[in-house]
Amino acid sequence: MQLVEIYFSLLKRDLILAYRKRSELANPVIFFVIITALFPLATGTDKEMLRTLAPGIVWVSALLATLLSLESIFRSDFDDGALEQLILSPWPVSILIIAKITAHWLVTGLPLIIMLGTPVLSLIGSIGVALTVGLRRGGLLMSLLLLPLYIPVLIFGTSAVGDVANGMNITGQLYIMGALLVLALTLSPIASVAALRISLN
Amino acid sequence: MPSDNLELKAVDLACERNDLALFNHLSFSVAPGQLLKITGHNGSGKTSLLRILCGLRMPDEGSVQWCGHCILKNRIEFLTDMAYVGHQHGIKNDLTASENLRLTNLAGSRNQKFSIPDVLKRFNLEQHEDVLARNLSAGQKQRLALARLLLNNARLWILDEPFTAVDLHGRENFEHEMAAHLANGGMVVMSSHHPLSGTINNVVSLELGRDNNATG
Repeated sequence: MQLVEIYFSLLKRDLILAYRKRSELANPVIFFVIITALFPLATGTDKEMLRTLAPGIVWVSALLATLLSLESIFRSDFDDGALEQLILSPWPVSILIIAKITAHWLVTGLPLIIMLGTPVLSLIGSIGVALTVGLRRGGLLMSLLLLPLYIPVLIFGTSAVGDVANGMNITGQLYIMGALLVLALTLSPIASVAALRISLN
Repeated sequence: MPSDNLELKAVDLACERNDLALFNHLSFSVAPGQLLKITGHNGSGKTSLLRILCGLRMPDEGSVQWCGHCILKNRIEFLTDMAYVGHQHGIKNDLTASENLRLTNLAGSRNQKFSIPDVLKRFNLEQHEDVLARNLSAGQKQRLALARLLLNNARLWILDEPFTAVDLHGRENFEHEMAAHLANGGMVVMSSHHPLSGTINNVVSLELGRDNNATG
């Protein structure tokens, strides 16, 4: 089917673009590592305490790293007019946007390897970027909009990491994260398209 | 697709920017084989009008119709038939010329008549096939953006200053492409400061900004 073909050509395009700018590619991962490494320096090296803090730290760092890299989903396309072409395509724009989000997640979320949670962060994040991409300094506003929406992922993600460290069953958290992923996958592309149309108007 | 009432029609369009009326009660239509050339001084609303015509911007009043239907209600049919090249032409700097044509073609139906090397050749870009777009000159980039038009079957081309930075030879070249497109029953709506050389006969002019009741 041609739509599948277009999905993959857009995905490939974004991956090639990310590869050609590969110096920027490592930034979110390095940021993640540095933030995580700052905590023992700030709180002291008491092993027991770090063990309780670790799940929260890992998730908050992942969340901040995602936030840092989110703008790249739409920013350069907005600046050079490729986004207009995307909106003017006769194909369902939400599918095309999922291709862009997939590419973003593959290059930033995947290296963080918190499998179920990070695609939700990219998906919800795309709404925030779509809303603020038309503003000159939208970065801070975007963070303010998105951080509250990230709270459910943070709660269940942290509790999953904590429970798994204590050798407990995490099926419940995984189900809820899966549900969040399905919810975000269905609704956020639609919201992103609507937000992009407003940004381009 | 209905070809009997194929026509782009603007009905009673009005557009405001920064509380300033750019145009009011603007109505015109474009038929197959026709080129509508929009002129006017800087800031007279040429780009706004073109963005309204392709559905990127909402008109403050009035509507745009394609084949008798409002383009916002009949989106898919309209977008399949329309190609837009704007000021920001959507060329990715980090892709090569041929990748730009191959990977950013999101059109509804591909034109089987031309292949990508073919199109590059027609726009005199064949030596730059594997050059990153960031290393092309402004005129070459603009030609690359225009080259995309030949890769889909859009019958309506909406072009915002297509000749910007393009040299005389490239301009003549593209006028020939437009003439061929029009001869095939296509339509072109464009804004330009350059006079057309005369290869195209069926030109209608529309001047914005002189008074608020321009007629086409």
